[in-house]
Amino acid sequence: MANNTLLNIENLSVEYKTRMGWVSAVDDVSMEIRQGEILGLVGESGCGKSTLGKALLRINPPSARISGHLWFHGEDLMTLDDEAMRQIRGQRISMIFQDPMTSLNPIQRMGDHLIETILTHEPEVGKEEARERAAALVDRLGISSNRLDDYPHQLSGGMRQRVMIGLALALNADLIVADEATTSLDVIVEAQFVELLKELRDEFNLTILLITHNIGLVAEISDRVAVMYAGRMAELSDARSVFKETLHPYTQGLLKAVPNIQIDDDEELYMMGGSPPDLVEPPMGCRYHPRCPKVMPVCAAEPSHFLESKPDHFVNCWLYEDIPAEYADKELSE
Amino acid sequence: MSDQNHDVLVQVKGLTKHYPIQQDFISRLLSAEEAKKVRAVDGVEFDIRRGEVFGLAGESGSGKTTVGRLVLRLTDPTEGDIIFDGVNIARLSNEDMRQMRARMQIIFQDPFASLNPRMRIGDGIGHGVKIHSDATATERRTVVETMMEYVGLTPAKLYYEKYPHQLSGGQRQRAVIARALVTRPELVVADEPIAMADVSVRALLLELMIRLKEDFNLTYLFITHDLATAKYICDRIGIMYLGKLVEVGDLRDVYTHPSHPYTDALLEAVPVPDPESRHEKPLPKGEIPNPIDPPSGCRFHPRCPLAVDVCSEIEPELRPVEGSTGHLAACHLTTGDYRHLAPK
Repeated sequence: MANNTLLNIENLSVEYKTRMGWVSAVDDVSMEIRQGEILGLVGESGCGKSTLGKALLRINPPSARISGHLWFHGEDLMTLDDEAMRQIRGQRISMIFQDPMTSLNPIQRMGDHLIETILTHEPEVGKEEARERAAALVDRLGISSNRLDDYPHQLSGGMRQRVMIGLALALNADLIVADEATTSLDVIVEAQFVELLKELRDEFNLTILLITHNIGLVAEISDRVAVMYAGRMAELSDARSVFKETLHPYTQGLLKAVPNIQIDDDEELYMMGGSPPDLVEPPMGCRYHPRCPKVMPVCAAEPSHFLESKPDHFVNCWLYEDIPAEYADKELSE
Repeated sequence: MSDQNHDVLVQVKGLTKHYPIQQDFISRLLSAEEAKKVRAVDGVEFDIRRGEVFGLAGESGSGKTTVGRLVLRLTDPTEGDIIFDGVNIARLSNEDMRQMRARMQIIFQDPFASLNPRMRIGDGIGHGVKIHSDATATERRTVVETMMEYVGLTPAKLYYEKYPHQLSGGQRQRAVIARALVTRPELVVADEPIAMADVSVRALLLELMIRLKEDFNLTYLFITHDLATAKYICDRIGIMYLGKLVEVGDLRDVYTHPSHPYTDALLEAVPVPDPESRHEKPLPKGEIPNPIDPPSGCRFHPRCPLAVDVCSEIEPELRPVEGSTGHLAACHLTTGDYRHLAPK
């Protein structure tokens, strides 16, 4: 299994400085991203999923304090200097954001974005050839190649997002980090985009980290699913196991709270109590314990560990870990 | 299509809103033809029954938000009537409309943008009471605190003094709901009220909205792009596409027997939170076209998997779906005169 790891995240922590103090946005996260997979990373706003995605390209704001290791093709990205990191960004690891309008240059034609990318990456290619390749690429993405000379504002939201994928493909990026890339799209366009992503993954052997709050979307497309809560990794496994043999109480609650469109008379949405914690002063122990229906004395005192509880199914919860002796017999005070 | 058997609170007839496109002076001077318009809403008709939740769903650009604003006359219709409890508010003077507005309220998507950041939560909630009633400051405070307790901003005395930035997203949306309801309106237009809330907070807000509706005898116009959420709150639903209402009926009928190919596509496209029920979806091609120059005939025809020649020539009308009551769809092939052309 280890041999098909593309990117190995080891003990990654990211803190942001705010007026209130240091915010622990990502806390000691370890996981691997495997070659060729679509890994869905889900969680609610403020859980640290975007911070994690940005940390992979080291594009967090300069005030952020980052520690840990990011092993990628035998190097630790955390040790690279700025110039070396610039070589990685875009070419090896590409990022697609929620709003493609802010990622495309508004006064550059769509085709020129692609042509410039190809020429920068492969200086030996001629301009004519680059244009032909750009045309073939947008054609593959379902955009008519006679729109190469359109400016970004003339394209629809779905097309802009396709162009962003095109830029990553033009560079043959190994890993695409898609951060809420479909969130601004309407449901039909989103479904079209997701179908396209799946096709491209197979065709170009892409690896995609899909960061989203949309649990339905993750169920549709992911090979594996990672669930984050309050800066920590809660659960990680293949999609079927996460959805069907859910271990973490947070994931269980989250899945029950997701609306679906099947008509069923008895069905009610699960209402999770409380709200996500303030990460300036996160709760002691497990960060989910104040909201957890299965809380035990140890949960409030000691953080649990992200362990492989079943084969290839990781969970961060005391229910699946040996409880230290001093907490074993304690009753929950309150 | 007025409805005799039901107590109708709002009846919308031939509702149309066209926005002129800004043109510079020269092109206005030179252009012989009529100025171009964005046809945001084009001849929409529906009833909202007293005590129900009527949903309006569609993609961005379908005109659903404009309909919501027209129903409250926050913007004036180009044509058409909006009959609120027997009064055609499309024709009311501004002064009469101001009186009428005490009976209606709106909840927007972004609770942060809808609360004045410099106003204490309690003052913000009480602002409408100040405008619409003669209550003294003490009476107002009591009314506001009662409503705050009701929506779960407890203890109200504490939250009254807070500012919007001190509240979580869910709490802010509760404050917005409290503000809408404190004047005791009859109709509430809720425009994507929970779209910004996280999954774990969404269910709580939906439950709150349903409880408040029962307790205060409210009627909701619930505008959403999220068909899954609509399922949990709406009694009836209308589906909009490019300024037109293409299907309307009991939510159960519409979801179990979608009778317009667009409704079908929308329902199919909703991701199912179950990795074992993935399926290849026949999705309509392309995206919602430009409402400045909408397609001829049925506006969905260029994307419709079933389209035949007539679909691009004649515009279909809303007609009853066979075998059901109050379920209408505007499609030549399902409810129109060309059913014999529909593929089997």
